[in-house]
Amino acid sequence: MTREGRPTSPGGAAPGRPHAPTFTGNRALALEEPLLFEAGRLETSGVDFEAVPAHESRLGGLARKAPIGLPGLAEGECVRHFTRLSRQNYAIDMGLFPLGSCTMKHNPRLNEKMARLPGFADIHPLQPQDTVQGALELMHRLQDWLLKLTGMAAVAMSPKAGAHGELCGMLAIRAALDARGDARKVVLVPESAHGTNPATAAFCGFAVESIPANIRGRVDLEALLARLGPDVAAVMITNPNTCGLFEPDMKAIADAVHAAGGFVYCDGANFNAIVGRVRPGDLGIDAMHINLHKTFSTPHGGGGPGSGPVVFSAALAPFAPLPFVEEEAGHLFLVEEENAAAHHASAFGRMVAFHGQMGMFVRALAYMMSHGADGLRQVAEDAVLNANYVLRRLEDVLSAPYAATGPCMHEALFSDAFLDGTGATTLDFAKALIDEGFHPMTVYFPLVVHGAMLVEPTETESRARLDQFVGAMRALAARAREGGAGAMKAAPIHAPRARLDETRAARTPILVWQPPAADRLAAE
Amino acid sequence: MRYLPLTDEDRAEMLAAIGAASIDDLFVDVPEEARLSGPIAGLPLHMPELQVERELARMAARNMTAGAGPFFLGCGAYKHHVPATVDHIIQRGEFLTSYTPYQPEIAQGTLQYLFEFQTQVARLTAMEVANASMYDGSTACVEAIFMARRITRRAKTILSGGLHPHYLKVAQTLCRFTGDRLVALEPRLAPGRPGDDLAAMLDAIDEETSAVVVQNPNLFGHIADLSELAARAHAKGALLIAVVTEVVSLGALEPPGAMGADILVAEGQSIGNGLNFGGPYLGLFATRERFVRQMPGRLAGETVDAEGRRGFVLTLSTREQHIRREKATSNICTNSGLCALAFAAHMALLGERGLRQLAQLNHARATHAASRLAAIPGVSLLNGPFFNEFTVMLPVDSRPAVRAMAEMGVLGGVSLARLWPERPDFAHGLVVAATECTTPHDIDLLARAISEVIAQ
Repeated sequence: MTREGRPTSPGGAAPGRPHAPTFTGNRALALEEPLLFEAGRLETSGVDFEAVPAHESRLGGLARKAPIGLPGLAEGECVRHFTRLSRQNYAIDMGLFPLGSCTMKHNPRLNEKMARLPGFADIHPLQPQDTVQGALELMHRLQDWLLKLTGMAAVAMSPKAGAHGELCGMLAIRAALDARGDARKVVLVPESAHGTNPATAAFCGFAVESIPANIRGRVDLEALLARLGPDVAAVMITNPNTCGLFEPDMKAIADAVHAAGGFVYCDGANFNAIVGRVRPGDLGIDAMHINLHKTFSTPHGGGGPGSGPVVFSAALAPFAPLPFVEEEAGHLFLVEEENAAAHHASAFGRMVAFHGQMGMFVRALAYMMSHGADGLRQVAEDAVLNANYVLRRLEDVLSAPYAATGPCMHEALFSDAFLDGTGATTLDFAKALIDEGFHPMTVYFPLVVHGAMLVEPTETESRARLDQFVGAMRALAARAREGGAGAMKAAPIHAPRARLDETRAARTPILVWQPPAADRLAAE
Repeated sequence: MRYLPLTDEDRAEMLAAIGAASIDDLFVDVPEEARLSGPIAGLPLHMPELQVERELARMAARNMTAGAGPFFLGCGAYKHHVPATVDHIIQRGEFLTSYTPYQPEIAQGTLQYLFEFQTQVARLTAMEVANASMYDGSTACVEAIFMARRITRRAKTILSGGLHPHYLKVAQTLCRFTGDRLVALEPRLAPGRPGDDLAAMLDAIDEETSAVVVQNPNLFGHIADLSELAARAHAKGALLIAVVTEVVSLGALEPPGAMGADILVAEGQSIGNGLNFGGPYLGLFATRERFVRQMPGRLAGETVDAEGRRGFVLTLSTREQHIRREKATSNICTNSGLCALAFAAHMALLGERGLRQLAQLNHARATHAASRLAAIPGVSLLNGPFFNEFTVMLPVDSRPAVRAMAEMGVLGGVSLARLWPERPDFAHGLVVAATECTTPHDIDLLARAISEVIAQ
């Protein structure tokens, strides 16, 4: 391998080698896999049970009448089915996954092991609390970490993901306004915000108004200050923002919003950039969700489960939802509906059944303890260093609209201006990157930049990996410039599938498997 | 630090390449007064793996686990045996450490299992379409209420008293802010049909009703035929939202789709997922094809690639927040993907035959337990029909009884007072669940423990 990760001698995958068709459609380790409904049989099961003892049915005449239609697989076939599927996925375990605003960092396996300890995995949420003191201790410890890392006054543990945490934070703001009889309706959201922000505000019954960005990629302070008034309930802001930039006016914005009687919600999706170096509580923030599945490395699992605890300022703390854990004289207990009057009378309600994502709490705490306060600070520093390294090594060949304003935080933003006249688009560029063995960066987000490419390498990438990625990006940019757009439009050619027809999927949705027409006729 | 690959030499060279004198130069936008000069006080410094493991194992050891002895808790979370294969599959890094499949060409593994999961859920519930999962049953339930409002353009929803009280509280919390009007019926412990308020619900449906929400089996374990309720709702232009908190029951019971449900929401934890003290769990959400564009959450759909090969993508995303922003059907983004994989893999192992056996075994254990407890003097069984969960009235307060049984090593059920502390008439009620994990010996120990706490 060269310094940039190129093979030093031609490998087996020489370009242009003809692909002889195979009987199976497989290509050695590239294995096709039918659907479970095509491969399985209704009479097959991969689970053995003891014989069902004689009993009198008490189903009250409501026993299931028709067949269900669920095929089964013998155990070995089941392992193969899902193993073969798994190999059609890209994952952090395989390589760089620079998806901006998603913080795809290494997922330590210690955390998986700890979450599977029977003492955490095999306890019921409604057990007597004396029998789950260790679980409550873990939640209490995690609460303490989150409060100290953010410098905030209270934390709600139950939200199940980032968007759910946003909802929690915005409901607390609504509850605080209601408590003082204030019917403010407007929530200001910068145009660079995640889609969940306006969706959440609307869900809570707020009217959403957009705030423009300035030419430096930050919130336009003048526009925001001009819009503040007695009808503005809150500002939802992401800091560092989705352009990968720190909002230097954060404290001024918060002070102005507070002076106008509103609250400040911060989307904490990008906390990884500042953890251990900046406490949101010092910036005047009233509520912020923390994606444990981003900053604190609980695995994304192909889209969840996540966990989105919300930290609150003293002003909002009384309204935080149930439940959470408190300690009195060494005894830990849940603050729930029945004891809320004594401990937390203004809670706005309950976000979920039970107590939140315990499995994620264990993983996040294991991660925090592994890194410690010192290591988490290093996490932010290395994440920011890696992103700036990518930014500076690519800014001469890509277009980096805000690079001139100074360093970025944990992610580097590029626009598609460098592709002007080449015929290639951001999407083509991303798909070509797939053929290079990388997961593409976030594309077409944030909306404030044309054809956006948002690169978040995270702190768990080595310099060698970054150099290889930079090399691939530079090579692709050169190819686009040199008339290679046509080939890029055909990308990816080495992935399990070529480009998929999303329009067709949406126009005639096929959302569940249906047997082929001939089989259906035979069955009738 | 074992997770960080950069060396100090790397850092110095990279800073030089960037043209920064120090790492602090990269944080120049942070106002000076907000910059922390060192590690945050009051938190420990980094630890070796072994030390973390010791500390967490100490906490875990303080908990009494479901597998350690006789265990009879249910009420929305169930102890089932998950085959070892399931955990192996979900720990494959290609699934565990992948992201939402936004780049379908390199996420066919996730997309295909989501498509299979959707099909399994639709068939299990006898509905036409299902989404790729929600956070859990309780959040799926409130999303169903909002979806019904979008379809019917009416704001009043009637909720059965047999609904899990946490589900009700979640709905009440959110509806307080959205303007949806909830009419929650008070639960009643009528002998033979605890929590059954079908008659009252039939009476309550009117022309302003958007939906009726009914759980089956209900919180007390009672099961009912929902067909008449569905017919009445439809006659008034309202929808039936059916809630299932124990999906294993669908291996034995008539599914909500066959009884006329328009939206089905369920807690899918029982298949493939452990108790985990309440989360992460798996929200199931299914409906009729004609309502699919009002459905929340992600959907995997079939299509073809540029070479004509079958493949799968996320589809109908114009319903979703990342496209529609404030006009989205829901703000949900991350869902329960890996829990859906656990469900899909466990269901693939079970198959139709295995699921039916599993359900029968659950029912057999529960009927055995119910008969055994009902024979204890002073204990009465409230249920007529039930699946794997039932309610008994003890001659004593059930909450201290549950605590006393725990001291004897028996986790004997969920006291109704834990869920309805404000209802003195529920104080003697105990909900008991039995599953394939319950042995005849466990049932003996439960009966003995109940007899002892009554005698005390």
